[in-house]
Amino acid sequence: MKFKFIEERLFKLLMYLATLAVFGFVVSIIWTIVSRGWGAMSWDMVSKLPGGGFYVGKEGGFLNAIVGSLYIVGASTLLGLLVSIPVVFYMNVYLSKNSRLAYVARLAYDVLFGIPSIVYGAFAFTIMIYFGMKTSLAGGIIVVTLLIVPIFIRSMDEVARTFPRELLDAAYSLGATRFETIRVVLRQIMPGIATATLLSIGRAIGDAAGVMFTAGYTDSIPTSLSQPAATMPLAVFFQMSSPIKEVQNRAYAAAMVLTLIVLALSVAGRLITNRFSKHRV
Amino acid sequence: MKSLIKYFTFTSELRSDEQSEENILGRRQRIFRPDYKFVRGKDESEIRAEGLNIHIKERHILKDVNLALPDKKITCVIGPSGCGKSTLLKTFNRLIDSVEGIRIEGKVLLNGEDIIGSGQDITRLRRKMGLVSQKPCPLPMSIFENVAYGCRIHGLANKRKLKMVVKHYLEAVGLWEEVCDRLNTPAVRLSIGQQQRLCLARSLAVEPQFILADEATSALDPISSKTIEELFVKLKRNYSIIMVTHTLRQALRIADYVVFMYMGEIIEAGDAQQVFNDPKHELTKKYLSGAFS
Repeated sequence: MKFKFIEERLFKLLMYLATLAVFGFVVSIIWTIVSRGWGAMSWDMVSKLPGGGFYVGKEGGFLNAIVGSLYIVGASTLLGLLVSIPVVFYMNVYLSKNSRLAYVARLAYDVLFGIPSIVYGAFAFTIMIYFGMKTSLAGGIIVVTLLIVPIFIRSMDEVARTFPRELLDAAYSLGATRFETIRVVLRQIMPGIATATLLSIGRAIGDAAGVMFTAGYTDSIPTSLSQPAATMPLAVFFQMSSPIKEVQNRAYAAAMVLTLIVLALSVAGRLITNRFSKHRV
Repeated sequence: MKSLIKYFTFTSELRSDEQSEENILGRRQRIFRPDYKFVRGKDESEIRAEGLNIHIKERHILKDVNLALPDKKITCVIGPSGCGKSTLLKTFNRLIDSVEGIRIEGKVLLNGEDIIGSGQDITRLRRKMGLVSQKPCPLPMSIFENVAYGCRIHGLANKRKLKMVVKHYLEAVGLWEEVCDRLNTPAVRLSIGQQQRLCLARSLAVEPQFILADEATSALDPISSKTIEELFVKLKRNYSIIMVTHTLRQALRIADYVVFMYMGEIIEAGDAQQVFNDPKHELTKKYLSGAFS
């Protein structure tokens, strides 16, 4: 009897500590980037392009990287949704539960999920060389789309697989074709779509390796798809590798902005999810 | 296509009447008569099954079912669990098609037209067969959209007409008063009995000829079941209702025609009075007396 109590107490304590540890990590990461980046942070940093001597500590900002990242993330998220929603819909409504094709497809997405982004980058780089393309915004968008499509599909699929069969039957019994059930399916898996989008954005915005070869880096804001584009993680990387202390601190400032963007997107995502999932059965 | 054209005629008729409230109400009788929308074969009425055999993989689910169900009546299909009642019902609207390893032999005639076979427009068929399932299953949408969904997929897009149709059918199931001020709230917030009535309204909104009810009241509380039963009795003036039920008492209360099934076979079918009071078959007698269930 006594042992039971001790057991309960002990595991409760362990769980509490684990939870606290995770929270601690977040706080310490934020503390590190804020304590080093705060001094270098200024309105110029987020509103100006890098000046001539920006990378040796002179004036300018990293607006180019912020805009580049947002371009790439926005476009690839949109493309990713356009590709993955039909895939998920097809796998769950058209294919039967024991379908071979669905099995193979899911396996393939699992493999794609695990491929590191540097490999995607290298893969796209070879193809781009083959076609004689230079590093460009378009290249970055395509690689990041490739990178996040498996995340989209797998996380939406997990939700779609729990889709109640009776809902489909209800729609069919009203005379809906399979395609016409898409409104029902989308509404029901909306939370899944939202979660998938958040995960994907998180990965897309933080990815440095994939875009290094494909989007390149530039000090200006791209005005067309064929121009190279800077990204936040690379801005952090390049400044961090500088021997000059001031420039290093700017890397922390950039990391701070990146974290803030992720935070803002996550909060917005949560709010939107709650709004759209109220109809869920 | 034909049904679509008829649908438009139906809605334009509605329009000409929508000037005054009085007219709309006066039209209810006609809206409630689904039969004018369908071309009927020589065989007036009903569903007829001829030599219907269904196998799922190796299992023989329905065995040589021959059946003729009367029009504008409540038919109760009774029998112990697993005897094929639901399968029979699902064959009528071909929802059975999605079952893996299914093999259907024989004929099911609807208004004299065989509905088994590949040449059928399944969506048209299913539209004629309103389904009320065991567990209420509202679509993940608002109350309004639940009823409007069926009309929308059949091509009705006009907001005003949709509103009329929704109001009309919610009134028909006695839900309008309860929900008219919150049509845009999610349907899942309704109580379970209200959800079931909503599902009924949703089925009626696409103007079916039959209502298939698969143990439609078994998940409901007694008061809600009673409401549904009363609705069915009211609706049988204009619809043929085929109802699978586990509750003998319910069948006794509302059935006009009874089909007793056992192990995939039809043991006895006939007028409710006759089957309940004077069953011909030994098994039916036993079942009715509660020897097995």
